[in-house]
Amino acid sequence: MWEYTDKVKEHFLNPRNVGEIEDADGVGEVGSLACGDALKLTFKVDENERIVDAKFKTFGCASAIASSSALTEMIIGKTVDEAAKITNEQIAEYLGGLPKEKMHCSVMGRDALEKAIAHYRGQPEKKIEGEIVCECFGVTDVQIRRAVNENKLASIEEVTNYIKAGGGCGNCHEKIQAIIDAELGRPAEKKPKPKRLTNIEKIRLVQETLEREIRPQLLQDGGNIELVDVDGDTVLVKLQGSCASCQMSQVTLKDYVEAKLKELVTDSLVVEEVR
Amino acid sequence: MKPIYMDNNATTRVAPEVVEEMLPYFSEFYGNPSSMHTFGGQVAAKVEEAREKLAALLGAGPEEIIFTSCGTESDSTAIWAALRSNPDKRHIITTKVEHPAVKNLAEYLGSQGYRVTFVPVDGQGNLDLDYLYDHLSDDTAIVSVMWANNETGVIFPVEEIAARVTDHGAVFHTDAVQAVGKVPINLGENKVQMLSLSGHKLHAPKGVGALYVRRGTKFAPFLMGGHQERGRRAGTENVASIIGLGKAAELAAAHLEEENKRVKKLRDKLEKELLARIPNAMVNGNPEKRLPNTTSIAFEFVEGEAILLLMNEFNICASSGSACTSGSLEPSHVLRAMGVPFTAAHGSIRFSLSIYNSEEEVDLVIEKLPPIIERLRKLSPFWAEHRKKASCAC
Repeated sequence: MWEYTDKVKEHFLNPRNVGEIEDADGVGEVGSLACGDALKLTFKVDENERIVDAKFKTFGCASAIASSSALTEMIIGKTVDEAAKITNEQIAEYLGGLPKEKMHCSVMGRDALEKAIAHYRGQPEKKIEGEIVCECFGVTDVQIRRAVNENKLASIEEVTNYIKAGGGCGNCHEKIQAIIDAELGRPAEKKPKPKRLTNIEKIRLVQETLEREIRPQLLQDGGNIELVDVDGDTVLVKLQGSCASCQMSQVTLKDYVEAKLKELVTDSLVVEEVR
Repeated sequence: MKPIYMDNNATTRVAPEVVEEMLPYFSEFYGNPSSMHTFGGQVAAKVEEAREKLAALLGAGPEEIIFTSCGTESDSTAIWAALRSNPDKRHIITTKVEHPAVKNLAEYLGSQGYRVTFVPVDGQGNLDLDYLYDHLSDDTAIVSVMWANNETGVIFPVEEIAARVTDHGAVFHTDAVQAVGKVPINLGENKVQMLSLSGHKLHAPKGVGALYVRRGTKFAPFLMGGHQERGRRAGTENVASIIGLGKAAELAAAHLEEENKRVKKLRDKLEKELLARIPNAMVNGNPEKRLPNTTSIAFEFVEGEAILLLMNEFNICASSGSACTSGSLEPSHVLRAMGVPFTAAHGSIRFSLSIYNSEEEVDLVIEKLPPIIERLRKLSPFWAEHRKKASCAC
């Protein structure tokens, strides 16, 4: 059950300004059936560029309908310039807040408004800016960057909540994370620079990584690992416990132990099992 | 106001007879069944009685029943047991439409070096049996196929599959959480080796389930510790709930005919009338091979959560395959696997009835739902477009 505010419920049950203005001055359509929500916003202005009427049609969940309804109430009476300044945050605030998973509904409202205003001003339909990152929902890097900055989003989950990107197959998660990192000024990768390690440093780092990262994981599955020797770039280990008899031990060794050591110590390491 | 509860595939009302049976085992007979004294021993006897009742419902032997905490635990236990006791086999077969209890575990195992085959379904939700059989190999440790799908109610031919799979030397497990109590099951007459069930889907409380393990099937426990359940599931028994499950099994056997006659008739009426009154609506799944209590209906051009919330205004409880209710944005994996188009998948509603539903309730839903769909369609930009196109065609 979603936790909606009374205002969201009220706007959902009694939506204002439903419909379509026939000879509208501004028309904005966003979303699609595939996405699960869509909004068509139409408005009419007077000679002073003041919005005198606005109507919407929305396909979507309760908060999508409530956000659309709220949007029409918010823009009626405003000049086009004033309306253009409305943010998705303000739409959500107007409704007393939206559940975080539903913030994309307010973003949809803002996007439709932006499109309708561009249409009114006779601006050419904006070409899709940037590159599609999320194929499932057709979201570009430009949109993700904007959402991250405007709403201070710090995780993929938050990005999905706001603009849906990453909510489908999940193939784009790495790219979204890279955008978040770049926007928040984080280093692109946490990997230590491949500086040359002395032998002592290398052995110590291998030991540390085994203790801190690898052993606890294996212990969880009833296994264990012992470091036998480090010979140049070859790390010799002994698998114990359930790992010793496990058919998957080679997979564990290469895909997990070796990968982890390559990541956290140095790329050139090779892990071999001593039986 | 009493809810009009048509969400019985999510959970069911605990039968009053079940509650009555359970009550003494909280504060009167609270002994531990493992204790040596009579006070505990009498509880153990009652647990064994519950085991016999549940075994009888399934056509199994009592020693083949392991009580667990839920359907998910039963599924996990079955799959891990098959993998652990066949360590040289690295292949798993399951379906694209399993409950997350199996699907997510299978995906996890896929990330851990196992090969996992997900068998597809056709547009009516029927399993592609040839695909399944073609992928059986000597490396296949376990095949896990649900008895009936929770979202559409479509029933899979698990007995036929069990015969082929076990002939091939792999373990066959079925998640029968939705099937037990709704379709006749006789494990004495088929080759199913492991079967999961859940108490709260058949009028027992939440927090109790069972796993059937055919005698002679190699097994390894999921929970290790004490000797409870003959060492196959450690942990002090959820005594009262197990006793409740035993009673619920007895009732299920008695009500099986009612489920398949009266409840089915109610479901059919609901479905037929809704389809007759609401244009652009269709049933998801094979209408012939279905659980008697379930119907999943797609209402095009509207979104499921909005339908649910408007029904909620009348205290009508159902569920949706829509994305918006689940926290994920993709519509139900079951409907997508069936190739249900997005226009319909987002607006699919599942009604699942039980013996506690009445004809009056069905009539009320038939009365209330059409205006709800109409109201949402008036809001929907796609509905107007669709109508325009439709009138062009005339």
